[in-house]
Amino acid sequence: MTQLLCEDLTLGYEGQAVVTDLSFRVKQGDYLFILGENGSGKSTLIKTLLRLIPPLSGRVEFCGGLRADEIGYLPQQTPAQRDFPASVEEIVLSGCLNRMGRRPFYGRAHREQARANLERLGIGGLARRCYRELSGGQQQRVLLARALCAARRVLLLDEPTAGLDPAAAREMYELIARLNREGLTVLTVSHDLPAAARYAGQILHMGRRPLFFGPREAYLGSPVGRACLAMAKGEQDA
Amino acid sequence: MLETLALYFSYPFVRYALVVGLLIALSSSLLGVSLVLKRFSFIGDGLSHVAFGALAAATVLDLASDMVLVLPVTVLTAVLLLRSGQNARLKGDAAIAMLSVGALAVGYLLLNVFSKSSNLSGDVCTTLFGATSILTLTPADVWACLGLSVLVILFFLLFYHRIFAVTFDETFARAAGLGAGRLNLLIACVAAAVIVLAMNLVGSLLVSALIVFPALTAMRLFKSFRSVTLAACLISVCCAGAGLLLSILASTPVGASIVCVYILVFGVACGLDGLRRRA
Repeated sequence: MTQLLCEDLTLGYEGQAVVTDLSFRVKQGDYLFILGENGSGKSTLIKTLLRLIPPLSGRVEFCGGLRADEIGYLPQQTPAQRDFPASVEEIVLSGCLNRMGRRPFYGRAHREQARANLERLGIGGLARRCYRELSGGQQQRVLLARALCAARRVLLLDEPTAGLDPAAAREMYELIARLNREGLTVLTVSHDLPAAARYAGQILHMGRRPLFFGPREAYLGSPVGRACLAMAKGEQDA
Repeated sequence: MLETLALYFSYPFVRYALVVGLLIALSSSLLGVSLVLKRFSFIGDGLSHVAFGALAAATVLDLASDMVLVLPVTVLTAVLLLRSGQNARLKGDAAIAMLSVGALAVGYLLLNVFSKSSNLSGDVCTTLFGATSILTLTPADVWACLGLSVLVILFFLLFYHRIFAVTFDETFARAAGLGAGRLNLLIACVAAAVIVLAMNLVGSLLVSALIVFPALTAMRLFKSFRSVTLAACLISVCCAGAGLLLSILASTPVGASIVCVYILVFGVACGLDGLRRRA
């Protein structure tokens, strides 16, 4: 079942196109990696998918009963957050706000849900801890738990392993893969090509003409995929 | 000492002033937590200078109540400043620096050229550094302060969780459809209202102290948003109360006395934090 359909998109700001001719579709349960160099329009695509900016032309369609605000978003961390005084519980609960309507305070159901999502990501014991005292990997899990509270069907992750050491990054990817196996649709924006080669179901490569969109196996066999992978290997060896 | 206090508190007016002072301290500390964490502390400073300019204009125009002009002008400036944060040709901090010195200069010039007062420098000093004594607050001031601060406290109570979400992560709040834009607008209006209120107590140059000190002190000691907010309120009310009593006993200027108590308590909090880290 198709959940998200993008057709002939032109994306950009104030009439200035950043991306043109972008078409892809995401089915329920897909694991899509969105790859591309800096400036290839990845963050513009994220903002468009979240309806923060309108597309210049073309259409973005949510299908199968999915609403735009049902996408669980994991943004990149800001420097201000790193020393923000907040408990893990407070942060995860704030993911429930979009379903509170006009009610000013959380109910029992919201607290249950926040706890369940913490357990699901294996950090149930951290609920009372202070966010700024956690490790980078733990902080990402907290923000992921918040995203799960906001949406149960689709996750949109912006560089989920940025700033993590290799071991923590691996754990993060394994965790995301597990959530995907449990039925969540996952869209990951990244420039981590080896991770895409390992975990992705579908790959969208932006920034090079022609844009590539297709399954992982086809990408790894395509000229752009081979070239990028060779480059990533070279960087690793160096 | 106790006799002096008893004498002062036998005037109903001093009692009202004390209540108003504490309410102002409470509402500015609530605002402060959010402004400091959003990295907007300097907006409070800029706004207070704009409010001084508006106050000077109101004095020159001989308006019945200064609030009629000062409050709308400050609210408008706050909205414009927070708006411009997103897409400004002038960089945010430079725009604020420009506005605040500009408003100071124009305000002082207006007072100098048009004022009918015989004690000009005294008047200017009062608006900049606050009343020399809380006895000089007028009944209209007291009631206006009371109403506004109750509104501010209600706002923070009802929107507490949403304010947390927008303060901690504005992008996420926008993506989740929480109406972050509208909430920011509301926060801007409340900020302006608090600053105009607090000017009555400590004067426009010292307003920022009421906003930043309680939040920064509480952040030294506590680790969750709720405990920081509650502690900031408590610290603010206690410091303002102590400062007010001190100014009565020692006949010192109200604003400066309160700010000095804040500084002292902030120092103590830093010391405690340092000790805890070493332990």
